[in-house]
Amino acid sequence: MTTTLDTPPTPPAVAPSAPARLLPSTVRHGLSLARRGVVTTIHSPEALLDVTLQPVIFLLLFVYVFGGAIAGNSADYLHYALPGVLLQTVVFASAGTGVGLAEDLKTGIFDRFRSLPISRAAPLVGAIGADLVRYVSSGVIMLVFGFALGYRTPAGPLGVLAAFALVVAFAFGLCWVFTALAMVVRRPRSVQGLSALVMLPLTFASSVFVPTGTMPGWLQGFAAVNPVSRTADAVRALLDGAPAGGAVTVSLLTSAALVVIFAPLAVALYRRRT
Amino acid sequence: MNTPAIEVDGLVRTFGDVRAVDGISFSAHRGQVLGLLGPNGSGKTTTVRVLATLLPPSGGRAAVLGHDVVADAAAVRSRIGLTGQYAAVDEALTGRDNLYLIGRLLDLPRAAARARATELIDRFGLTEAAGRRAGTYSGGMRRRLDLAASLVGRPEVLFLDEPTTGLDPLHRNEVWDSVRRLAEDGVAVLLTTQYLEEADQLAHDLVVLDRGRVIASGTAAQLKSRTGGRRLHVRPELPREAALVAAVVAQETGADPVVEPSGEVTAPAHDHGALRRTEDRLVAEGVAVAEIGLRLPSLDDVFLSLTGHAAATPSGGPR
Repeated sequence: MTTTLDTPPTPPAVAPSAPARLLPSTVRHGLSLARRGVVTTIHSPEALLDVTLQPVIFLLLFVYVFGGAIAGNSADYLHYALPGVLLQTVVFASAGTGVGLAEDLKTGIFDRFRSLPISRAAPLVGAIGADLVRYVSSGVIMLVFGFALGYRTPAGPLGVLAAFALVVAFAFGLCWVFTALAMVVRRPRSVQGLSALVMLPLTFASSVFVPTGTMPGWLQGFAAVNPVSRTADAVRALLDGAPAGGAVTVSLLTSAALVVIFAPLAVALYRRRT
Repeated sequence: MNTPAIEVDGLVRTFGDVRAVDGISFSAHRGQVLGLLGPNGSGKTTTVRVLATLLPPSGGRAAVLGHDVVADAAAVRSRIGLTGQYAAVDEALTGRDNLYLIGRLLDLPRAAARARATELIDRFGLTEAAGRRAGTYSGGMRRRLDLAASLVGRPEVLFLDEPTTGLDPLHRNEVWDSVRRLAEDGVAVLLTTQYLEEADQLAHDLVVLDRGRVIASGTAAQLKSRTGGRRLHVRPELPREAALVAAVVAQETGADPVVEPSGEVTAPAHDHGALRRTEDRLVAEGVAVAEIGLRLPSLDDVFLSLTGHAAATPSGGPR
């Protein structure tokens, strides 16, 4: 270890720099932390596979294993399933937000962040900012791969963009649920298990993978009110260039409601969790 | 400069029915290393977390450089550094990027954050590893990076919560050296440890906690003197001869010896001839002696006599 010691303890070096003051500190620090989150994902093999390979595998499995049986042939099923699998992929990625936060809270790195003179919300903003990048990447990979497999949409770039934005908005709403869950459950593995327990029925008992017409009545009833169904319908309609207004409204309202209810809850739990 | 760096007055922190910190008071000045010593669950970490503004107190008062940790938390945060029990570094980032991130969070401009990172990387002997991800670091390197991260903002008060837990002796010494140098530079250091050796090596003053209360405080020398004078130690080659040794020691010191599971026999030795006489008797009895001598009481002895139970031993093996 080198022995030079040249740092007088005063004055503190935390001199605010003028140009950095252009953004509110929560956003500025949140962005620094989001960059960290993105690098963390890129360097974590399992997280990176979650984002890249998982959508590809899901699409291949659903289209070629179930496609023929469900829709008569894989090409028709690809057309039905792609919007659903797109939604499912991004929704699963949002569950990863909770797991990642639980990991961070366990390692003590949040203690370091919270002992710094930064906004208390900045670490949360950073984590979720980084995850938005993750959702978008998964979604783009899914779409590109779908096109490679032969998916075609009559919707123009704007329609695709709108569908995509709807999916990310829904994931953004849901990620607050998983963030709140992570603050309560704490153990990363438990967060993962519980998230799967919530996500599997929500995505499968819905119109994500199959039309709900062949389900028993009670399940149809559930699927009809399941917000994941409504969002899948909206995404599908947008991508098909069909009228989508009603479903889009329901989906956006659901996302907004999730944010309004769970974001303050998550932030409150996060502040209390010390 | 008359404001104490750390001031804790009647601090209480409860978790449900548990009084983790039950009315403790102490203070530390700049350039002082204050050791908070105590077993697991004695309230050390809770105290540090209150002082680092991570946990609000349930009662009493805590201030850092005159700033109340509740009312003036932001001012406290801008002048402290914290190294917690778990190395709080991002494993996916390189060593350099970990420090750069902290610099940016402290609102250093990019160039200044980079320069500060390089300076600390060099100071903590991490130059070779600076470009590697922290996940590939050894335990010692990680600890040093963690310590470096807590220094990015040039804190005036540094909290080190069991900074050497899990380190081997070599790396422990490196961390100790760094802490000493910081104190020489005028930083107030609050160090928690379960290791008496660490407290003895580093801390100018000690506060001994047990079950959330201060049970003793003072310098290591003062605490040792409370336990009494020198003690005679004899360890026979064969532990089964401990009873015989104890009988001899009892006769020669006139005190009641303690026999430890290892076979080591100890007793207070007030008279200077006790060592010589005991040695002669044991030779005459034909007892093979592995070790014999007089010792000042260690902090371990102090702890035992204060709390009625032994302190933890360092996990790093023999020093």
